[in-house]
Amino acid sequence: MRADQVRKMFDGHAVLRGISLDVTRGELISIIGPSGCGKSTFLRCLNFLEIPDSGTVDIAGVTITRTGGRWTRQEEDAAHRLRAHVGMVFQSFNLFPHRTVLDNVMLAPVRVKRMPADEARAEALALLDKVGLSAMATRYPDTLSGGQQQRAAIARALAMRPDVMLYDEPTSALDPELAEEVLSVMRTLDNEGMTQLVVTHDMRFARAASDRVVFMDGGEIVEADDPDRLFVAPEDARTRRFLRSVL
Amino acid sequence: MKPGLMALLLALVMFLPVASHAAPLRWASDAEANVPFVFHDPADQSRLTGYEYEIAQAIARRLGRQTQFVQNDWDGLIPGLQRGLYDMVIDGIEITPEHEQGVLFSRPYYMTTERITVRRDQQGLDTLAALHGHVVGTLKDTTAERMLQADPSIRIRAYEEETNAYTDLKNGRLDAVLLDGTIALYYGSPDPDLKLAGAPIGQVAYGVAFAQGNSVLRDQVNAALDGMMRDGELHRILARWKLWTPAMAALTGDASTPEIAPEAWDHYRAATAPTAGWGARFDRYVSFLPLLLHGALLTFAVSACAMVLAVGLGLALALMRRYGPRWLGALATLYVEIVRGTPLLIQILFIFYALPGIGLRLSPFVAGVLALGMNYAAYEAENYRAGLQSVARGQIEAAIALNMTHFQALRFVVVPQAVRMVIPVMTNDFISLLKDSSLVSVITLTELSQTYVRLSSTYYDYFGTGLLIGVAYLLLGLPFVRLARLAEARFHTGRQRQGHI
Repeated sequence: MRADQVRKMFDGHAVLRGISLDVTRGELISIIGPSGCGKSTFLRCLNFLEIPDSGTVDIAGVTITRTGGRWTRQEEDAAHRLRAHVGMVFQSFNLFPHRTVLDNVMLAPVRVKRMPADEARAEALALLDKVGLSAMATRYPDTLSGGQQQRAAIARALAMRPDVMLYDEPTSALDPELAEEVLSVMRTLDNEGMTQLVVTHDMRFARAASDRVVFMDGGEIVEADDPDRLFVAPEDARTRRFLRSVL
Repeated sequence: MKPGLMALLLALVMFLPVASHAAPLRWASDAEANVPFVFHDPADQSRLTGYEYEIAQAIARRLGRQTQFVQNDWDGLIPGLQRGLYDMVIDGIEITPEHEQGVLFSRPYYMTTERITVRRDQQGLDTLAALHGHVVGTLKDTTAERMLQADPSIRIRAYEEETNAYTDLKNGRLDAVLLDGTIALYYGSPDPDLKLAGAPIGQVAYGVAFAQGNSVLRDQVNAALDGMMRDGELHRILARWKLWTPAMAALTGDASTPEIAPEAWDHYRAATAPTAGWGARFDRYVSFLPLLLHGALLTFAVSACAMVLAVGLGLALALMRRYGPRWLGALATLYVEIVRGTPLLIQILFIFYALPGIGLRLSPFVAGVLALGMNYAAYEAENYRAGLQSVARGQIEAAIALNMTHFQALRFVVVPQAVRMVIPVMTNDFISLLKDSSLVSVITLTELSQTYVRLSSTYYDYFGTGLLIGVAYLLLGLPFVRLARLAEARFHTGRQRQGHI
């Protein structure tokens, strides 16, 4: 997976000033930085929930290069192909409230991939088991705790068998002990070789679990390094200032 | 919808009168509250009767044709004629210069005079001049009304139904009623609280009305009437109804006085005599049930079909406005504004009577469903718009991130949630649609409300019949309320509870 010179303006204000990042298969990368630094926008540009103004995104062999101009039908088709390889988890879970947990997980495989319902159900149940929610399959999302909902959301994303998982502040809405349930699922996936990008405020997790940590500020990557080096001996003054404020 | 219900609705649609040019003589009248012209036999509501009904049958027999009766609202009789819904109208239509501008008339088949009816204890109000300064009731757009208009001091109350005029006279809202002798004889004179006052006034001639230019049929009917006057058939019919008058003798040159018992008049008097005791009253109400059922079925069929249309079209409009290209959204907005800004009654009349002008002929049922459905679609569209807006943006994002297309996201994620959210409002709308469906009675559909008008005016019983009809509406509405509860429970909305995460 690769992003190259991704730029994005909002209302004449540059949110992303040319972000480039190469990700190796199986890596877990944490993206940290102050609020408004563009880290969430960058993540959303990777699966084109936000459309970059320019730059290239290449995931699992699908390459989309933007050079300004209108978002075309062809580009949307390409984005659709690209999203088949990318799962995403949101800060507010965004489970579908009108469907049970099991139906949430099954919906996309059945409707998008046209997978037979029996097969989809079996896979969904296996995934729910994996995130520790077997007992909750027939419950509705609003009857679950936040941590359970976020684990269901992870199972839902995994059901599409993505090559890359994107997490947009997955634990920010959770109490610490509930966050831990979610983070432990992510660690398990890391051990299984899943490629994961996590936008997070959880510095302990970033430091302990990541293969690499990316520090963003003002719409650019300031520093990207091994967590121990970045947290212990950051090279840039802005990184030091940020870490001092959050640690 | 269950297949059985669908089949039932389909059958209803197919058997409702549709304009066609088959052989039977199609004639129209307003058989609601229309004694002694054309009305439903009080002793057997499924049977039409009346002296004009008998005249129509006699004419058809002489033309060697079957008859096909078309019920239409009084106000719609002439427009329906011009629209070609039927071949002719027989409903005590007065031959006046004004009427002759719109239709072709046969020769008069009946002559009568105007009569004043007052309360039994009333003295003095027995001439037109004596009505000076009083409140007087009549039917709108009649010779009687024009006579009253000659004196500006008379406060005229012009009614649609003669029964309402006489009821208001009894209740003291009117000082007198001026109406045709036929009507006064049947509505005014039998009532113990009322009496006819003074001498007959003026003269009125009734004619069969045809569409302009249909002189072929007019001539045939004239010949038939001529024959009926010569061989005494008209005399016999009118005498049975106690309606033979000196004016008729003068018109037909028939001075004979044969012994003809007023059987029809006696039959009517007996059937409408005030019922003594609750037992008789109860029996009468039981006899209403088939009619009530028929009316209720039609009300339900119209409402259910209109509902399906309203929900489908409303959703389409809402989606166009929220997710469609700008021009499509503008078009949908325009539709909603126009439909919400004009009265439903006008829309129904427009669709039924005006669209044939551009080649679109719809059966009354289809026109009624279309008008109600299209009208309610505008309101449903607004509901759905609110529903769609309340579905969180994150829901679409989650769906797109799961590699759904925008269409799939709408279909599987957004719309189901929006629908669930608007179900309570929709239930209310549907119950009000059920009631608004009474407006389709103006395009010849005898649904529940029209059944009330017919029954209550036949028996002068607005109270008991009103309660019956009210109960029928409530029973019809109940399933919708239940359905909505079930749907709500099944869909398990729960978004409100998502607050605590």
